[in-house]
Amino acid sequence: MAVTPTGRAATLRELRRDPGNGMVAGVCAGLGQRLDIDPLLLRIVFAATTLASGLGIVAYVLAWMLVPAEGAEPKAAASAEALRTARNRRAALEVGLGVGCLVVAVLLTFREAGLPFSDALTWPFVLVAAGGALIWRQSVGRPGAARAELHDAAGRPGARTGGTGTGAAAAAAAGTATGIATAPLLFDDGGTESRPAVISRIGIGVTLVIAAAIVFLQITGALAAATDVALAAMVVAIALGVIFAPFFVRLATSLSLERAERIRSQERAEVAAHLHDSVLQTLALVQKRADDPRAVAALARRQERELRTWLSGAPAHAEGERWLAAALQAAAQEVEEAHGVAIDVVAVGDVPLDRDGEALVAAAREAMLNAAKFAGDAGAVAVYAEAGDERLEVFVRDRGPGFDPTAVPADRRGVRESIVGRMERHGGRAAIHAAPGGGGTEVELVLERGGAAS
Amino acid sequence: MTATGARNTRVVLVDDHALFRAGVRSELDGLVDVVGDAATVAEAVALIREAAPDVVLLDVHMPDGGGLEVLRQIGADAPATQFLALSVSDAAEDVIAVVRAGARGYVTKTISGTDLADAVRRVHGGDAVFSPRLAGFVLDAFAGTGPARPVRAGSSAPAADHDADLDQLTPREREVLQHIARGYMYKEIAQRLGISAKTVEAHVSAVLRKLQLSSRHELSRWAAARRMLD
Repeated sequence: MAVTPTGRAATLRELRRDPGNGMVAGVCAGLGQRLDIDPLLLRIVFAATTLASGLGIVAYVLAWMLVPAEGAEPKAAASAEALRTARNRRAALEVGLGVGCLVVAVLLTFREAGLPFSDALTWPFVLVAAGGALIWRQSVGRPGAARAELHDAAGRPGARTGGTGTGAAAAAAAGTATGIATAPLLFDDGGTESRPAVISRIGIGVTLVIAAAIVFLQITGALAAATDVALAAMVVAIALGVIFAPFFVRLATSLSLERAERIRSQERAEVAAHLHDSVLQTLALVQKRADDPRAVAALARRQERELRTWLSGAPAHAEGERWLAAALQAAAQEVEEAHGVAIDVVAVGDVPLDRDGEALVAAAREAMLNAAKFAGDAGAVAVYAEAGDERLEVFVRDRGPGFDPTAVPADRRGVRESIVGRMERHGGRAAIHAAPGGGGTEVELVLERGGAAS
Repeated sequence: MTATGARNTRVVLVDDHALFRAGVRSELDGLVDVVGDAATVAEAVALIREAAPDVVLLDVHMPDGGGLEVLRQIGADAPATQFLALSVSDAAEDVIAVVRAGARGYVTKTISGTDLADAVRRVHGGDAVFSPRLAGFVLDAFAGTGPARPVRAGSSAPAADHDADLDQLTPREREVLQHIARGYMYKEIAQRLGISAKTVEAHVSAVLRKLQLSSRHELSRWAAARRMLD
């Protein structure tokens, strides 16, 4: 109970964006969920205030930046590395496009509004946007899915706004081109927060912003007039860079540490949950049935088998497909539980089962049942399966008193029908070897694979 | 019990679970001579050097390296001591790694007291002890190497001076291993195959030697995977 992560229920009550259901970044959807209001109403309010005073869009962007996305943290911990990389790559492209379009949009807005504005502003602005996006992404974005989501969302409104612009082809081309050009180069880091990558990304971002400032000054002529001031500013900027570099490095390190810790704690919770469902349960049963040694032994063996399967990480087979080794294990477990006799299965090689293979397993199961019934008191039953290129073989061996196969009465349908008959019907054969002198009995099942398996 | 000689086999028990050590001790009581036990790798190494037992029952899984580490540290220090791996582990790579490091066999912890004492005596006598499970692992490890398989001459440098015979089992050895995996005792195998029990033992020892000396890819991979986990 205590082991499963219950913290999630609590966080769901907090305000979260819901990008899954949202139109843009999920602000309205999340807010609507929290306040129990139809998000459509909220969307209308936002749209109305945007048209009336522009306040709506400001509030929206603020909420988008400040409110974390729902389910971001667990997702960040659980998503596989490959998935994250693929996502980030896509997100990086989109954010590049988005930033580019936003830049163009803002430039166009300036022009439309007739603000004092020259092309001299274009390049600095583009550079500032690219550099700023880089730094922003590095220090604000959470690792993994949360960040990917943030930028995924960032790409969309940018694209919309950009689409509404008119004219000003030169500025548009410049902005978009830069956005696209820088996107793969700068954002294509994947999910692996390697330290050099972080440092270089911040470095490039800072350089871009500084370059923007210099270009701006150069164009406006301020640089020529105040070279000393620019130099001083540059020195200060470099000094600041030196001062803050360790901070950024530490930030990056703590981010990756935090992520590793989160993954670790989640794994621990998973293991604990499993042990709780299985081992602790069995131990409780064992205590209750301490007076019945047979039942206790059976419980212990079943638990052992289950735990082993779990530890070895059962091979992932296609849905609905049964494999020889696993099918024999399952049959052994059934018989073991029904008769309280230990059955050890050793398998060499493995194949998916076809109809004949299933018949082989069924016959083997029958042989195990026989062994458990008639030789169960004489110790463990050994099952050995070998899947070779030419044939499948299964041996079921017990250490019971043994019997003479020729002396088996005709009414013993178990052996005749469900073992020998079944094997013959499926193109195989069965033989029963009885060791004289009470050495036990062995049932040998063979299925040729030549025509049978394929 | 038939005594192997004037004195009982002297056994050291290495396992990090006190409860299990106590259980094995009481099971082996009177059958063999348990001269000491150890719970850690360091304790085990010191005890084996000092007591020089005939056989060490070695747990595969222990903190700080397990049986593999004990074997590595002992090295050639105790030439008269044989090792028998005793484990709950089913993972082929663990078992194969310990056998390749020098253990003379492997049995599971669910083995009965008399069977265990029997295995101990056999290991002491220089034989290899293969449980059905180990036989299955070995067959798996050597699978796909029919005698007809061409040796990739010159494709990899170290293969040149390597005895290719070590990389595959003879048909007879396979047969013996299959019978062990099927739950037959050595005596019964000898009877079934019409050979002497000594010959069966010789085959098993030959398999053990191949297992320890072969540089077959699968075996090396298992050993490497094991080292990475340490």
